[in-house]
Amino acid sequence: MSRLVSDLGKDLVGLEPLSANQIRTVLDTAEPFKEISERPIKKVPVLRGKTIVNLFFEPSTRTRVSFEFAEKRLSADTVNVTAAGSSVVKGETLVDTARNMEAMRIDMVVMRHIASGAARFLAERIPSNVINAGDGWHEHPTQGLLDLLTIRDHKGRIEGTRVCIVGDILHSRVARSNIYGLLKLGAEVGVCGPPTLLPVGIQELGVQVFRRVEEAIEWADVLNVLRLQLERMQSGFVPSLREYNRFYGVSSARLERAREDLLILHPGPINRGVEMDSDVADGPRSVILNQVTNGVAVRMAVLYLLAGGTPETAESAKHAAES
Amino acid sequence: MAQTRTPLMDERAVRRALSRMAREIVERAAGTGRLVLMGIHRRGDEIAALLGEEIRKAEGTPPPIGSLDITLYRDDLAVIGPRPVVGESRLPAGGIDGQVVVIVDDVLYTGRTIRAALDELMDWGRPTRIYLCVLVDRGSAARELPIQPDSVGRTVELSHGKRVDVLVPELDGQLAVEIVGIEPPVEDT
Repeated sequence: MSRLVSDLGKDLVGLEPLSANQIRTVLDTAEPFKEISERPIKKVPVLRGKTIVNLFFEPSTRTRVSFEFAEKRLSADTVNVTAAGSSVVKGETLVDTARNMEAMRIDMVVMRHIASGAARFLAERIPSNVINAGDGWHEHPTQGLLDLLTIRDHKGRIEGTRVCIVGDILHSRVARSNIYGLLKLGAEVGVCGPPTLLPVGIQELGVQVFRRVEEAIEWADVLNVLRLQLERMQSGFVPSLREYNRFYGVSSARLERAREDLLILHPGPINRGVEMDSDVADGPRSVILNQVTNGVAVRMAVLYLLAGGTPETAESAKHAAES
Repeated sequence: MAQTRTPLMDERAVRRALSRMAREIVERAAGTGRLVLMGIHRRGDEIAALLGEEIRKAEGTPPPIGSLDITLYRDDLAVIGPRPVVGESRLPAGGIDGQVVVIVDDVLYTGRTIRAALDELMDWGRPTRIYLCVLVDRGSAARELPIQPDSVGRTVELSHGKRVDVLVPELDGQLAVEIVGIEPPVEDT
């Protein structure tokens, strides 16, 4: 029996450090995991005896629930820690929180944190596997992976596909993980949003910038529409939500110029009537709920692959524990 | 290291064995009414397909065939390091509840694969009866678990250093069984 080495390493911090092959390994591994969620007994014993802590310093429903389902369907034991009501509010540092968890003998940490770089910071300091569930404006790798999987499911391939990310690119970790993952797998990537919400010099990543959403819609095979966070209006990045909707909202009228098979993704939660109209979100081109289903499979794949480890990283983990 | 390959069964021998096994299975299951074949991924799948074809020839109707990938049920995942590739498991149309399930594999050795397959089947439903059917049995002395086959193509006792390769048309371009011996390198004197 052939045994391919899964070389994800110890942690999943982002898609930027991964190679195209590593990303493909995760997507290919996710395929058989889809079927497990369709069984009457949705459980396989592969992570039996492993303890996973879901450390969520920022509110999240979908990602946390998705990770929890993935963990439980692989038979891991899970504990959820949220910032509110934890020792964090008493002033404990991130590393101290994690070290205390480790003292109780855990195997993996899934972390959502408000600070960019928090996942790498933690990964370098504890021997447990660390999975980034979103760190500040940096990356949200499992969201990027589930978007890639959903595009591959519907388009048959990622290479050569034109994907435009629409909305608040500046503050979006989803956008960054998507850009890295898509470019590595050979997609053409566009971004579209108000100039205040586009990072300066984003072209240098190798993406095309669209000023008008109409042009983006005509160009794209796939639209990944991001949520406009309401705080952005209060901080003056957009004048009003209504105006944002008038200029950048994805509506049925605008989609008349789109390709017949345009695919529409959204990482959720949707602000209906702001970045996307209801009839688009619920329309035939939308694969938003497929993304959610794929999210569980992708996270199962990541947990499965990381739990295997590689000889090198097992060695370096030991070093980290000793130092 | 040099490999020696010794033929154990040629295509005609394999086909004769399969046709006998098909009759044995149908007899044990008292017909094909509730009979379901579950091949173990990868070569067990191929053997199950051939066996299903034999049953169709003899009985007129092919049994539903499913596929089991036992990777996630292995008992050695914690010790083998990097993760093996996971294949897809496929339930036959109509499921396995209340069915007579025949697990089909190419080679029975330690019995650990079959233990994993039994656990996976139990997670999928409740068959009324499970049989085990293998093309090659390496003998009960090699077993590490109390698992025995119900229908066997050929039994062969071999030392641990030897391997049995079942070649199937789909993957290897031919149907045959070979014994592979790995010889220690010859010292230059």
